[in-house]
Amino acid sequence: MNITTFRQLYYTCKEKSKSIYEVALDYEASQGEYSEYQVRLQAKKSLDAMKEAIKTGLNCTEPSPSGMSGDDCDKLQKSKVNNILGETPRKIMKYALATSEQNLRMGTIVACPTAGSCGIVPAVLIAYAEDNNIKECDQINALITAGEVGRLVANKMALAGAVGGCQAECGVASAMATSALTQMRGGTVKQIINAVALALKNILGLTCDPVCGLVEIPCVKRNPFLAIHAVTASELAMADIISKIPIDEVVDAMEQTGQLMSPLLKESSQGGLAKTKTAIALEKNIF
Amino acid sequence: MRQSSIIDIISPVMAGPSSSHTAGAVRLGLLARNVYNAKPDKVTFKLYNSYALTGKGHGTDKGLLAGVLGFSVDDERIKYVFETPEAQEIDYHFEFLQDFNRHPNAVDFIFEGGLNISVSGDSVGAGEILLTNINNFSVNLNGKYNTILLVYDDKPGVISKVTGMIQEDNVNIASLHCDRSGKGKDASMCICIDGDLTKNCLNAVSDLKDMYIVRYIRKL
Repeated sequence: MNITTFRQLYYTCKEKSKSIYEVALDYEASQGEYSEYQVRLQAKKSLDAMKEAIKTGLNCTEPSPSGMSGDDCDKLQKSKVNNILGETPRKIMKYALATSEQNLRMGTIVACPTAGSCGIVPAVLIAYAEDNNIKECDQINALITAGEVGRLVANKMALAGAVGGCQAECGVASAMATSALTQMRGGTVKQIINAVALALKNILGLTCDPVCGLVEIPCVKRNPFLAIHAVTASELAMADIISKIPIDEVVDAMEQTGQLMSPLLKESSQGGLAKTKTAIALEKNIF
Repeated sequence: MRQSSIIDIISPVMAGPSSSHTAGAVRLGLLARNVYNAKPDKVTFKLYNSYALTGKGHGTDKGLLAGVLGFSVDDERIKYVFETPEAQEIDYHFEFLQDFNRHPNAVDFIFEGGLNISVSGDSVGAGEILLTNINNFSVNLNGKYNTILLVYDDKPGVISKVTGMIQEDNVNIASLHCDRSGKGKDASMCICIDGDLTKNCLNAVSDLKDMYIVRYIRKL
């Protein structure tokens, strides 16, 4: 049997009384390319690399090669301003910045799903796991759940800013992150899938207009924003709030939106933020 | 089209900042290295279009050299590759060009040494790559299969002989791509296979009459 839509995933889980990660592992094994063991091994390797990137990023203020960024994580860590969101969301923001800044410094990160969106899934998954004593094996299951969400979206559209804008990179990362989070919080399959739909539905149209053509402005700060977006989606879905538009239709809408988006706003740096007065001035300084 | 797997989504572990401009560059370098299959004295890298314009900010130049030196995509030395002892052992330089006929992320590797070979390739997104040209013959290599590359005299029967030998080696052919510079002139054959070819089979192919270049290019 083929699982290419969220609907098929949902009914397979329901029929077999299994979680998303269990069905996903069965499905991967049935495709003959990777065994369950190989998928788990890669998930463990990726998870370890994510933790390492956060650890290194938290303790580093080295600027990026362009000199445009690199100290935002440090600023947030040192901030004494009253925290209105609570400890875990604050930690999620720090971890997202730490990972994204490591990426700029040519540090080791996990492209999950892409390098530009590399901070989102690790921040949400690892910060929540730490604050709630989630076992490593459950973290791996959560990462596999996120991978399955990414896989189903990737089968409809390429996860590349040049194809679908930032909705296809940071947007999908946020949808993946919310699935991992909702899985760890003990959400049902229905709640997880709704969280994904809510996350994706609310980033439709996000463009990719990086300043100077670098994965830097607005990418770095977009990571903490969309990590918190994943928390919002999980919070709503865990309250049994339903996306009125089913997830597969949301993905279709995202694909169509990507096609309708002007090429000037899809990783070509020819419009939007990339062509602002300040961006043009920055460009002259760097190149 | 092959569907993506969970593993594609939650990997690779790589040196940042860009899957196409950094990890893709390393992988292009690694595959070009497998094509050259020896230590070059000199390498010229020609970067085109987006690779030329934003390559420095993304470490594309470092990635390409690191790949040619055999570093993997998650090697921490990529950032400092120009200072590594490995880099001091070869002569290399970069050219930055614009050509609208080429892919946005295109590169040429000009290897000089015991053998002179030029290799062209594109970084096609999300770290995936494609070598498109070797010594002016068109090829189609994505680094996912072990590949036999042959350049020979364009004569009847060569394809049949070679594929027969591969069959005798009990190896399945995944794809076959042929090209030639002109009727009766040089021809090229690019054979992607499942699994691995034995040395005996490779030697037998090399011993065929009118073979100029026989290269076994290992997958990444």
